[in-house]
Amino acid sequence: MKVLVTGGTSLLGGAVARRLSERGDETTVFQRRPSGLGVHEEFGDITDASAVARAMDGADAVVHLAARVGVVGSWADFELTNVEGTATVLSAARQAGVSRLVFVSSPSVAHAGESLVGAGAGPADPEGTSGHYARSKAMAERLALGESDDGLNVVAIRPHLVWGPGDTQLIGRIIDRARSGRLATIGSGAALIDTTYIDNAADALVAALDRADRLGGRALVISNGEPRPIGELVARIVTAAGLDETSLRVPVSVARFGGRMAERWWELRDRTDDPPMTEFLAEQLSTAHWFDQRETRRALDWSPAVSLDEGFARLRRWFEDQPS
Amino acid sequence: MTAGVDDLITAPASLPPLGLPELDPKWSRLVTVPGLDGEGRTFHVLDNAEPDPDITLLCVHGNPSWSYLWRDLLALPPPDARVIAIDHLDMGYSERTGTTRRLEQRIDDLSALTDQLAIEGPVVTVAHDWGGPISLGWAHRHRDQLIGMVLSNTAVHQPTDDAAPTIIRIARSGPLLDTVAVKTSTFVRGAVEMSRRRPAAEVRDAYLAPYASAERRAAVGDFVADIPLEPDHPSASGLDDVAAGLEDLADVPALLLWGSSDPVFSDRYLHDLEQRLPRAETHRFAGARHYVPEEVHLAEAVSAWIGQLKDEPQVTAEEIERVPLWEYLERRAGDDDLAVVEMAEGASSRQITFAELAADVDRVASGLHESGVRPGDRVALLVPPGVDLSVSLYACWKMGAVAVFVDAGLGVRGIGSALRSAAPDYLIGIPRALVAARVMDWPGKRIAVEAPSNAGRKVQGIWTSLDELRQLGEGQPTPPQPGRDDLAVVVFTSGATGPAKGVRYRHRQAQAQRDVLMRLYDIQATDRLVAAFAPFALYGPAMGISSVVPDMELTSPGTLDAPALAEAAKAIDATLVFASPAALANVSATADSLSSLQRIALGRVRLLMSAGAPVPPALLERASRLMPDAEAHTPYGMTEVLPVADISLGEIFEAGDGNGVCVGHPVHGVETLIDPLDGQGRPIGEPGTDADVTGEVLIKAAHVKDGYDRLWLTQHRSAQPPGYHRSGDVGRLDDTGRLWIEGRMAHVIATENGPLTPVGIEHAVQSVDGVALAAAVGVGPEGAQQLVVVVATSPAPRRPRLADLALADRVRASVGAPVAAVLEVPALPVDKRHNSKIDRLRVAEWAAGVLAGGRLGPL
Repeated sequence: MKVLVTGGTSLLGGAVARRLSERGDETTVFQRRPSGLGVHEEFGDITDASAVARAMDGADAVVHLAARVGVVGSWADFELTNVEGTATVLSAARQAGVSRLVFVSSPSVAHAGESLVGAGAGPADPEGTSGHYARSKAMAERLALGESDDGLNVVAIRPHLVWGPGDTQLIGRIIDRARSGRLATIGSGAALIDTTYIDNAADALVAALDRADRLGGRALVISNGEPRPIGELVARIVTAAGLDETSLRVPVSVARFGGRMAERWWELRDRTDDPPMTEFLAEQLSTAHWFDQRETRRALDWSPAVSLDEGFARLRRWFEDQPS
Repeated sequence: MTAGVDDLITAPASLPPLGLPELDPKWSRLVTVPGLDGEGRTFHVLDNAEPDPDITLLCVHGNPSWSYLWRDLLALPPPDARVIAIDHLDMGYSERTGTTRRLEQRIDDLSALTDQLAIEGPVVTVAHDWGGPISLGWAHRHRDQLIGMVLSNTAVHQPTDDAAPTIIRIARSGPLLDTVAVKTSTFVRGAVEMSRRRPAAEVRDAYLAPYASAERRAAVGDFVADIPLEPDHPSASGLDDVAAGLEDLADVPALLLWGSSDPVFSDRYLHDLEQRLPRAETHRFAGARHYVPEEVHLAEAVSAWIGQLKDEPQVTAEEIERVPLWEYLERRAGDDDLAVVEMAEGASSRQITFAELAADVDRVASGLHESGVRPGDRVALLVPPGVDLSVSLYACWKMGAVAVFVDAGLGVRGIGSALRSAAPDYLIGIPRALVAARVMDWPGKRIAVEAPSNAGRKVQGIWTSLDELRQLGEGQPTPPQPGRDDLAVVVFTSGATGPAKGVRYRHRQAQAQRDVLMRLYDIQATDRLVAAFAPFALYGPAMGISSVVPDMELTSPGTLDAPALAEAAKAIDATLVFASPAALANVSATADSLSSLQRIALGRVRLLMSAGAPVPPALLERASRLMPDAEAHTPYGMTEVLPVADISLGEIFEAGDGNGVCVGHPVHGVETLIDPLDGQGRPIGEPGTDADVTGEVLIKAAHVKDGYDRLWLTQHRSAQPPGYHRSGDVGRLDDTGRLWIEGRMAHVIATENGPLTPVGIEHAVQSVDGVALAAAVGVGPEGAQQLVVVVATSPAPRRPRLADLALADRVRASVGAPVAAVLEVPALPVDKRHNSKIDRLRVAEWAAGVLAGGRLGPL
């Protein structure tokens, strides 16, 4: 199978490209900068129709990860990359005769703020989301799944909090803050949170690609299925890096307020990095977010190969191997 | 004389407007009965039009209401049943005739309508409120078709000695009727809202829809005016005819679905109907008010009952003839050995010999009979274990009265609601209980155990006393004795949740319980029992053995200390001790204060039994050290069947650790089955005996309860398959046939990898250093739940917190299943009575809130 992976420089994009390539699929990655993955690369912007068409030439399948993430930036920025970009990919796929496409989405496309306790994958709802990222991904997912038909099977996969060695998003930030003594647990730290170890997320995307002909038009949330209190997750990450597990405690209300202020400040200053706290993040970290994985596992015939415990052990080894 | 007569109008029948909640428009049709009133009349009916029914349900509403009341039955009818719900003329969407229709006319109307509908084959009538008499009048005229009657909060008789329902009396009083019932919608509106759960606004509006104007409400007033409160009322003879007609319907099965808190049709109307319909089954919905069909899932109860009616399972009672409950007492009627001894402050405070007890029981039994107590009458016994209780109980049993026991641990409110449900005709009590009965207006003529002063007589509202009954019964012939199938007892014990349920036993079932205990523990006439556990304080005379009640507060077993136990043993030279685990815990803790003579008395005990709550083996071992010659046993069972299984201390150690608590082999005559659980943690309905399959424990034995009292639906659900009792416990049989209990069904944790049971997990976690007590609970949706462990640690944290990584790791390592979270608390909630049963539902609710991101507040 000839597969195009968009967004190869991301943690998950790189992992899925390696998986596909290792098992013998003819894999191409598409992004703006070299990925160093050692597979065939095409460069360009996801909204550049001709660049995308070039990369897609001859492909049987696409894994579409390229997206704008985070909280900084205007709605126009998010809309351009996430919604326009997806539209560009879809039309190129149609033109190139691609038969299966996995759209990498996010559980936040169907929820905003409320606590999720054993939740399923509801339909993407741009009106009901919170923040530019989730809203743009919700619109893009709708677009993508709406395009699914017998000629082009589109499946949306929504991984929840992907992490692993080398992750600069979740793990990197927690460790940075722990090192500088600024790590805080919001609220009691007891909210149950699902996460997804990187290898499992990559396996699930490959499984979705392989079963796309039967899953066209569907959206599935994936996670390790091992929710943990947020306080425990943070402590495990921090101790894996050889640091002390204790952290400051910040009341939920303070974190929300601080997040709102930080967002304003960042906006005023036109900063391009993410603020240390946002209102969305404060909500995410203080309410439960875990999912009923039964339907996902049945549909994908997949289950996580790497447990949380094993994941943390690998993370610890990775930290130990880092030059200090 | 008829209210609203000036307003009577005529209007044709019509179909209900579209869009009424839960009402399918295709059920509605208009049926004209050509000859009625000479000119023909048109009814609105709901009809599910089942094409080839093998049964028809004829549903008759009351006032003010309409067929909308029965929409639940139309939506979910019993299999192959046609359901027809009618609107009376001038009511609902039926024709407004401009006439006043009395009870007899309405029975004629209904009969004419069913003729027109050409209903053939078997019929079950279903009626509520004043639809009751109409349906029963119809039933009497159609006896050949009638196979059953369902009645809900209705009446056929207005007792003259009693005030009519106040609301009806007020509503009926002259000018008010017109105002309340016709000119305004107050009556219609008020009646609809007469339910505990106020129906949704759209449903309330739907009830009001056909009664939008005073003209359309005219019959509502007529209906109320037609209630014959006085003997000379024009409809009085009609109602009397219906009531008299019930004599011909006495052999027809009936189901009475009753709201216990109806201000109109109170329990006394239920009891009146139960008297008239001996084959009636009752389900009394505690707390439900007048609009029962609106408050409960009527269709489930009706379908279950009709299913049983069509295909009545024959559960044959065991054929073994057993001796009566008083037989072993009578065999010792010439014996001057002590039968019952009460201890107080280290000495015997009261005692009675077998000869005295046997004679006294006969006297009181005759006295009860002479004073008018009849076989089957219920007698509540609010008397602590001892001489008076033994006399009262065996006297009741011997003359066929049904003893009602209410656990004093239920508290005044709980006792009151239990007594209102059981509705005893008489109440024998100690002074404290009689005062409470008077003040709280508990049912039953009051009988004092102690002859009261004149002043006390008045304060306690006493009808008679045991002494007066003795005098009355002296020299009288023995009254006729009850048979093995007659009811012996109704027992209310403290339930974990909700109001206590009455559990009924017939004489043969109580006899079987006595026999199984005697066989299990090889009880001989030479045995003597220390009964520190309330239920067993009663059975000494039934087994023909001496028994002693130690000096303790029986409702609070932890008040038994070692010297009190030993003094009781010494008083009768005891060979048997029965005590709850809470009592044994305190006995062990106070063992140091035993004198050497007391130790010698305990040394003669051959058997120590403990039950009432899970018995920790270590506790049993400590207690049995005080009784070195005693074999320690713990029977497993419940109020509905005891014992189910039994295990000795030695066998407990032999069984070792496992998932749950090993309660031993089922005892002789008990069959246990396991109904395996599905992915949602619910039983699949295929009980069997395969080893190592976890499921709900089902029990069959001659000493299983007869049923739950006035809770027909609860009983029906608990007796599936018929003849078995669904215990609500979850457990398994091992390959040697021993039963292991793993928790309660309500506490099963339904994870995506299948159901988990709490007890084994908790035991494993309690072996972790620093953990004093553990609760295993589930959070999240059934079938995808996550296991959460909540631990009380020592030293205790000041407030609840997330366990640190080290503790979480140790807890996870001890459990064989994934644990999502470990929470640490200063203490876990346990029941007050036994100080051992963890309130897992409360823990689960708390954990769910905390883990959803709520405050980590106190548990």
